[in-house]
Amino acid sequence: MKYLLAIYGNDEVWNAFPPEQLQQIIKETDAHNNSLFASGELVGAYGVADQMQAKKVRLADGATVVTDGPYIEAKEFLGSFYVVDCESLDRAIEIAAEMPAARFTDIEIRPLLHEGTPDL
Amino acid sequence: MADRRVEDLLRELAPQVLGSLLRRGGPFDASEDAVQEALVAASRQWPDEGIPRNPRGWLVTVARRRLTDELRSIEASKRREIDVASRGPADARLVPAPDDEPPEVGDDTLTLLFLCCHPALSAPSQLALTLRAVGGLTTAEIARAFFVPEATMGQRISRAKQRIRETGSRFAMPTGDERRERLAVVLHALYLLFSEGYTTSAGTGLVRADLTIEAIRLTRAVHRALPDEGEVQGLLALMLLNDARRAARTATDGALIPLDEQDRSLWDRGAIDEGVALITDALARTRVGPYQLQASIAAIHAEATSSQDTDWPQIVALYELLSRLAPNPMVTLNHAVAVAMADGPQAGLDLLVSLDADERMATHHRLAAVRAHLFELAGDPSAAREWYRLAARRTTSRPEQRYLEGRAARLTS
Repeated sequence: MKYLLAIYGNDEVWNAFPPEQLQQIIKETDAHNNSLFASGELVGAYGVADQMQAKKVRLADGATVVTDGPYIEAKEFLGSFYVVDCESLDRAIEIAAEMPAARFTDIEIRPLLHEGTPDL
Repeated sequence: MADRRVEDLLRELAPQVLGSLLRRGGPFDASEDAVQEALVAASRQWPDEGIPRNPRGWLVTVARRRLTDELRSIEASKRREIDVASRGPADARLVPAPDDEPPEVGDDTLTLLFLCCHPALSAPSQLALTLRAVGGLTTAEIARAFFVPEATMGQRISRAKQRIRETGSRFAMPTGDERRERLAVVLHALYLLFSEGYTTSAGTGLVRADLTIEAIRLTRAVHRALPDEGEVQGLLALMLLNDARRAARTATDGALIPLDEQDRSLWDRGAIDEGVALITDALARTRVGPYQLQASIAAIHAEATSSQDTDWPQIVALYELLSRLAPNPMVTLNHAVAVAMADGPQAGLDLLVSLDADERMATHHRLAAVRAHLFELAGDPSAAREWYRLAARRTTSRPEQRYLEGRAARLTS
């Protein structure tokens, strides 16, 4: 089963770390990413650029309309996301809990839809 | 390029070639890599240059040469670190004797399957490794079949091989109780492999259908090697009987068609006949087990001309037996449907109540879907609609979600 693991951030939390601690968190995150890759469970992991760079796109009467972000006026914003392919929801929860970010923020787990069909 | 005959031959020979290397004491991971390289070389050369007179010998020779090169280079890098005098001459251990006795084919495949379905591996790793080492598929093919990047699948396979080396497993069949336990794991892995292929509809399903074929092919090989294991025969029958319905399961637009609405003329009669013969024979001469019971149920469905014409009391009896032999909430769910067909929807709904106490099942979409179906049969469309909608929200399968939403919508209008 594939799961999206979305990590939301909040400037207050992330800006509060002294640089050394931030470096430490990054190091631990890299190590965890490597272990996920090595286990063959990591499908992809991406950090999301600052919400200042967000664009909203919509097609209005055939014309492309682009507006600048910030996308949402919220304190919490999407910081990074993972797609993992693992054995069960339990394992996905375990992976999320192992993430250094889990110590500071919520990690949202969303099962991904698939094209599999049960026998009816 | 896409020479089907070469491809089939390579898949058949892959486990034999690997078996040949492993029987001579080659390390599992390096041997498997060497065989894969030999298979790739053959798939490039044979379609143009023709299949060699002794294809197996060709592959064994190429794979051994690769393995020897690989082990030499490992030795060389070790030698840089370790005093060369403390080790014997590398070639004495690495270069195999030229004789190459014809192997007992079924045994090699079986021994390899037991190794790849090692209980120390997670189910996804067992499947991936089995497809590569026993099935002879490339990492790219396996990655496509499971919809993951090739790098991810490559890691999964190499980690699985490492893990097997760490367990210290040898290339030998387990014996006694261990053999029995390990056979159950092998059968479960083959069953999962079949389901992976079977549960994807047409369209994106071309590659996945190959998984079904592969699962049946491997199960046939196990059956050939262990003709007296009733559960192996039962599993093969179950796969054939389910696979026989494949063409009737989905509409041209990919929509799911439930069993009672399927066009039974699309069922594959050849596969049904073979499956029925296999399960009949297994029941007559071996001890009954869960796969045989499931195959028996599938056989009753396969032989009925319609849902009304189905021998539901017989199916109920088989589910009762199955619940005693291998109790499992999914069995209870199917049991409830059969009871509803035999004794009326309320009897089925009553049986479902026991599943509400099961933490996992209580929120499972299949429980909601079955409940919806039984409420619909019971003539309670509004309850049915609510349960269909809930089931649609709970499933992660897009085709099933569309199906369930469709059922709910049908009850609204």
